Amino acid sequence: MLKYLSKKFISVIATLLVASFVVFALTEMTPGSVARKKLGQFALQSQVDFMDEQLGYNDPFYQRYVRWLGILVGAMPDPIQDPKVGEALGRSFVDKRGAQYFGNFGFSFQSNQPVNDIIWKKLANTGILAGISFALIVPISIFFGMLAGMREGSWYDRTISVGGIVATSLPEFALGVFLVAIFSTGLGWLPGGSPLSAGGGWPIWTQFVMPVMVLVIYDSGYVIRMVRGSMTEVMASNYIRTAILKGMTMPRVVTRHGLRNAMIAPFTVMMLQLNFLISGVVVTEMIFNFPGFGQLLLKASLEKDVQMIEAATLISLVFAIMTQFISDIGYALLNPRIGLR
Amino acid sequence: MNSPSPNLSSDTANITTDSNITSPMNQLPRREFEGQKLKKAPNLIQKLPQSGAAMTGLGIIFFWVILAVLAPILPIPSPLEQMTELIYSSSDPASVSNPLPQAGHWLGADSKGRDMLSRLIWGAQTVLWVAPLAAFFAYLVGVPLGLLAGYYGKWVDQLISRICDIILSFPIIILYVILISAIGSSLWNIVIAVILTASPGIARIVRGLTLEQRPLDYIAAAKLRRENDLYVMFIEILPNCRGPLITDFCLRIGYTIITVGILGFLGLGLPPPNPDWGSMIRDGTGVISTFPLMSIIPAMAVITLVLGFNLLADGVRELSMTD
Repeated sequence: MLKYLSKKFISVIATLLVASFVVFALTEMTPGSVARKKLGQFALQSQVDFMDEQLGYNDPFYQRYVRWLGILVGAMPDPIQDPKVGEALGRSFVDKRGAQYFGNFGFSFQSNQPVNDIIWKKLANTGILAGISFALIVPISIFFGMLAGMREGSWYDRTISVGGIVATSLPEFALGVFLVAIFSTGLGWLPGGSPLSAGGGWPIWTQFVMPVMVLVIYDSGYVIRMVRGSMTEVMASNYIRTAILKGMTMPRVVTRHGLRNAMIAPFTVMMLQLNFLISGVVVTEMIFNFPGFGQLLLKASLEKDVQMIEAATLISLVFAIMTQFISDIGYALLNPRIGLR
Repeated sequence: MNSPSPNLSSDTANITTDSNITSPMNQLPRREFEGQKLKKAPNLIQKLPQSGAAMTGLGIIFFWVILAVLAPILPIPSPLEQMTELIYSSSDPASVSNPLPQAGHWLGADSKGRDMLSRLIWGAQTVLWVAPLAAFFAYLVGVPLGLLAGYYGKWVDQLISRICDIILSFPIIILYVILISAIGSSLWNIVIAVILTASPGIARIVRGLTLEQRPLDYIAAAKLRRENDLYVMFIEILPNCRGPLITDFCLRIGYTIITVGILGFLGLGLPPPNPDWGSMIRDGTGVISTFPLMSIIPAMAVITLVLGFNLLADGVRELSMTD
């Protein structure tokens, strides 16, 4: 077990390293001067030159990557917080956490604040949205998937299957527009946007209803079909037939034998669904003007806020890779046929 | 189904013509051999009408394809023409009204006075051109990678699978956003982004299917015939993976339509004047509280087209299971 875990852990670290390199390459190896991009188009050429020379933005790419990584993990102080740099660039770069600590994402030049001052608040909002959605997706998918898979070809199976296909055809941006038109413009029951402030006269909780609906409907369609597929397979197996023949009641067969075995494959899917959820959240936040992580990332990438893009992408990557790690271990624990090697 | 069936009749024919010796074989009526052609199982396309889901899906897809193809000859205004008389009333130039459906503009016009029906149909042309094209190119990259990984195994597999894992670990929209904002938005850049993000998933599926086929007898037979590796991979293995791959291709087109829509919606789609469903929805959300029609119509279009591909995929999947 320990050996399996450590092996998995090493591969997670390796994946993270390579992926962080890809992120860095995508944001900093694109055409144009990085210093110019960070400072914005109105910065003086002398300031750009200063950054290029004093802060090493002219160094070869791999050197800059290693430096970035070093600052990120807290192995070295961020040179930008040197008072002399702030003076030359006409700004002040002060991070109340100090210049050297683990998780130092640097300074967002566009908003003139340390990335860490901005990003975590937004992440918390997104976390609540994604958390509520996930907490609803799992039971809904298991319930409907199980119901449909219990008796293949029955009328409720066909209804749920068609419903599942329709749900997977409702991408967030199209569904969101529909719901807003119905519940906000048409019926006036819910607010059309979710700025998470009580200013518009809507209580905060009502602002979560539609974003959650959008995420739950689109994402559970897929998981329902996965659970259904897995359930039909299990229900056709010999041990289920034996259980029925020995006189076990149907609900007991389903809960005792069926569901537990049917959950092995969908468990992985659900964990991977968290990865899709991040994607979905980006779009959903845009529809509802939700002050979250996705909106932050999109704004950063339109403004070319390099430091912010790197931080946001890396955090979502860590999250995605960790859920994969957990799903691998969970799969191995759930499935007796796969040993922990 | 798995191996090319040896052609019995032609073999016997060769033997009989080559040898001039009168043997009992020669006296056999040859027509009986030639008449006994192996009955071919109906292929996927022939079986398609059996599936209601697939036919419904195909129907929806054809509806949009026909509209898109006929776009230049349909009696619709140009999708870019701004008909200001629709937005500003002649009596009171200060008031702006929302152009509702009316004769000549069957779905109304958007807030810039452009005909919605025309933009919708030209938008269909855009998306039906970009999405299958991008999915096809993703397959061109993903399939060989998957075949190589599954067929050779060892370090080739390790290398390809690792790279795929890394790309797949990115939340997909985030990858799109940083890619497109880095390389800029154009038709070919969208195709490149789709290739980069979709081909690892395709490679993974093809690898799995290849691993299933590799231990089978027909592969051993092909190797024994000393067919080269490329022949075995592309001519022997690939056709036997067609069921799941056709299903995945249909789903993949659906996803790509969604992706193109999302990019348009986020403002990273094709450059502005082009009619594109995603950016139409984006334009509509600004006035959704007064004029919901402007975003609902393109949203409906995206949903129906994606539904068409999903239904087709589902039908094909069910049929290919009995293949």
